[in-house]
Amino acid sequence: MSPLIRISNLKKAYGIFTVLHGIDLDIAEGEVVCVIGPSGSGKSTLIRCINRLEAFSDDSSIVVDGVTVGPGKALAKVRAEVGMVFQSFNLFPHLTVLKNVMLAPMRVRGTKPAEAERKARELLARVGIETQAEKYPGKLSGGQQQRVAIARALAMEPKVMLFDEPTSSLDPEMVGEVLDVMKTLAGTGVTMVVVTHEMGFARQVADRVIFMDGGRIIEQGTPAEIFDNPKEERTRSFLRAVLEH
Amino acid sequence: MNLLNTFFNIPILIDTFPLLLSGLLVTLEIGVTSIIAGLIGGLFLALIRLYGPGPVPFLAKIYIDIFRSIPLLVLLIVVYYALPFVGIRFSPFVSAVVALTLVSSAYTAEIFRAGIEAIPHGQFEASQALGLSARHMMVDVILPQAIKIVIPPLTNNCINVLKDTALASVVAMPDLLKQATQAQALSANPTPLIGAALIYVALLWPLVSIVARLEKRFGREKRP
Ligand SMILES: Nc1ncnc2c1ncn2[C@@H]1O[C@H](COP(=O)(O)OP(=O)(O)OP(=O)(O)O)[C@@H](O)[C@H]1O
Ligand SMILES: [Mg+2]
Repeated sequence: MSPLIRISNLKKAYGIFTVLHGIDLDIAEGEVVCVIGPSGSGKSTLIRCINRLEAFSDDSSIVVDGVTVGPGKALAKVRAEVGMVFQSFNLFPHLTVLKNVMLAPMRVRGTKPAEAERKARELLARVGIETQAEKYPGKLSGGQQQRVAIARALAMEPKVMLFDEPTSSLDPEMVGEVLDVMKTLAGTGVTMVVVTHEMGFARQVADRVIFMDGGRIIEQGTPAEIFDNPKEERTRSFLRAVLEH
Repeated sequence: MNLLNTFFNIPILIDTFPLLLSGLLVTLEIGVTSIIAGLIGGLFLALIRLYGPGPVPFLAKIYIDIFRSIPLLVLLIVVYYALPFVGIRFSPFVSAVVALTLVSSAYTAEIFRAGIEAIPHGQFEASQALGLSARHMMVDVILPQAIKIVIPPLTNNCINVLKDTALASVVAMPDLLKQATQAQALSANPTPLIGAALIYVALLWPLVSIVARLEKRFGREKRP
């Protein structure tokens, strides 16, 4: 079976500074992939290339569900199929929680308002914030906002969900509630690519863990392989550093 | 008493008041038309300056810079007195509206641009990641947030346009100032001019205080 996401020779540079040195990566449908690595290693850049929030070099290629990710018409199709959750939530502050979740299905898929609302309320219930539907995002806690952001992305019924450090800007007591939602989501068979510093989450939920450093994939494998028996010295020293904290 | 009779002669004021009001109506027609056209033109200019293809943003910037540099009176005289030499002939009303709109849209474009640029980058990224088209991103996400930021400076710009309508009197437009100077000539008394000045103040003072209040309110509001 061909992979849901196929990344070939992905290169990205800012001026003369190369951030990604030709990454090759296949992700299967339903797979949960966690990307770990030191700050500045290119983790965010990698997943932001998948929905082309970052442009990348012409001789690179990314194919999502058979559609080539490039500038032009097909991009809209890819973005509709790829949900993204940001470190800083990026909810729309002028819209209620409910409207945040309803907007994209109505505008992109042409969903009727009544149907979009029904769906939105269902998703908000799934992430445990149905009672906050009429509030504005600014009135919610960080953990609640991030759960709304997850519901907003899910409303498009994406084939893939990208998470870029979804818990890094949360107060410690709210990290758990967001990770719980993500764990449940992983159980439903959605393909997920998660950049995270939460090693416990990666170990428990990931099908595959990818360790990046200096714009390259250094090592990848099952959580047991990466966390219990890393082969590369760089992986070992990274894990030693994060696990000591 | 003599001074009062000269500058604030009540009978003359009452006599010329209908004339002044008809002038006010013309002033408002010119002003409101130019404000609306300037808003539409300014939003368009701001969008092509930010997102236009190829050389378009640069051309928009040139337009904006030129029309913010040229004195409105000079532009108005060019439109009304110079363009006929190349066969373009506008009525006084159209000349006034064209000149005011060209300048107002340049200022409005800069106001809209600043408003759009003040929206956090994450709002654009979230919209794009959801698959919203550029148009929906603008209409549903960016502009509704930018409007809050631009309302005080836009109101300020409205005030300027309404004031600048007085320049239309030089192309024989029977606006408030023109009617007042004519009434002054007829009655050989400056009272109508004082009347006109008071009408301008009465018209614009509320707007000025609204701007002050809006600036205070939006200034206090913390951005998310
Ligand atoms: N817009 C930009 N201009 C120049 N350099 C950039 C830009 N964005 C990112 N970089 C650089 O690219 C490199 C990779 O950045 P990236 O954000 O992908 O790292 P990361 O692995 O996600 O790090 P972190 O864990 O800190 O989020 C970094 O060295 C960063 O400084
Ligand atoms: Mg990052």
